[in-house]
Amino acid sequence: MANYAHPDTLVSTDWVAQHANDPNVRVVEVDVDTKAYDEGHVPGALGWAWNSQLCDTVRRDILPKAQFEELMASSGIKNDTNVVIYGDNNNWFAAWALWQMKIYGHKDVRLMNGGRKKWLAEGRELSKDAPKVSPSTYKAAGADNALRAFLPQVQAALAAKNTGMVDVRSPQEFTGEILAPPGLPETCQRGGHIPGARNIPWGKACNDDGTFKSYDELKSLYGGEGIDGSKPVIAYCRIGERSSHTWFVLKYLLGFDKVTNYDGSWTEWGNLVGAPVEKGAAAKAGA
Amino acid sequence: MKVEEYQERKVEVGGWPVNLTSYLLDGVYHCKADNVSPGAALARTTGATREEAEKKALERAAHMLRRTRVNQV
Repeated sequence: MANYAHPDTLVSTDWVAQHANDPNVRVVEVDVDTKAYDEGHVPGALGWAWNSQLCDTVRRDILPKAQFEELMASSGIKNDTNVVIYGDNNNWFAAWALWQMKIYGHKDVRLMNGGRKKWLAEGRELSKDAPKVSPSTYKAAGADNALRAFLPQVQAALAAKNTGMVDVRSPQEFTGEILAPPGLPETCQRGGHIPGARNIPWGKACNDDGTFKSYDELKSLYGGEGIDGSKPVIAYCRIGERSSHTWFVLKYLLGFDKVTNYDGSWTEWGNLVGAPVEKGAAAKAGA
Repeated sequence: MKVEEYQERKVEVGGWPVNLTSYLLDGVYHCKADNVSPGAALARTTGATREEAEKKALERAAHMLRRTRVNQV
């Protein structure tokens, strides 16, 4: 992890095995598959469900500040707690949770490199017991929307042509061949991508064991598509969770300053009346 | 409690690449089928043997993947 711009945002499975029960450490599992936690988790880890605990369940939005504070408090997390998040599918929704914690100003939050997959594959200890938690008091900062792109900002960036747009969905979603990942519900009326976006699927940032690729590999992956940190970047996917993974990579592993996650993503853009849509594969970078 | 006999392999189901992960945990074989891209879980099953758990997962995955509509671009 030495070459990353912010290596302190990652911890290894070894580190978690040694520190999961430290008094100022709270390990949390966040999975795409919300049943995974109950099957067995890192001993001492809490489980957060992305679809009920990490979003506003009435309107489409991230957790409101008050509910975020409640979640932290009920999880025994204080403002200075070292929170380590991990999850299935290479930390996909773990990154979504980390992004929200950063929006609300939590200082010390990290991902366990390799996530649940690496922990399981290494044959490490698992527990079915939910830890006993002493509720804390937690005060969140106001939402830092510099980490988030809303529709008007995306439209302005598209018009100004001054921002790198990264579509992190699969190539078939990008071209418009399919409207949602295979087997999942379609959530948009039109297929394709935001004009000018580069297609860099989120999973390309990971090795087979679930860990992140090296700094040099990541720099080459994104740089090869013209995403080199020289201008602001907006990442998007279908509902904003895969792109939070890419946001983490660009912001903390490559160290780009201006990276936002457009969590409205294709579910918003692909349903907009009159929004420009490009279909098919992207032109070569720089073309 | 630890995972034993962890295995991962890619198979094709109805023309779609599927990642099949299986292992033994607490005396039961667990299997998870997810679509390779983006990696979302399609099925999570258990069985007395790896074959039984995988068979159930593949059947459920096939059922879900049949719903995917492919458009001409």
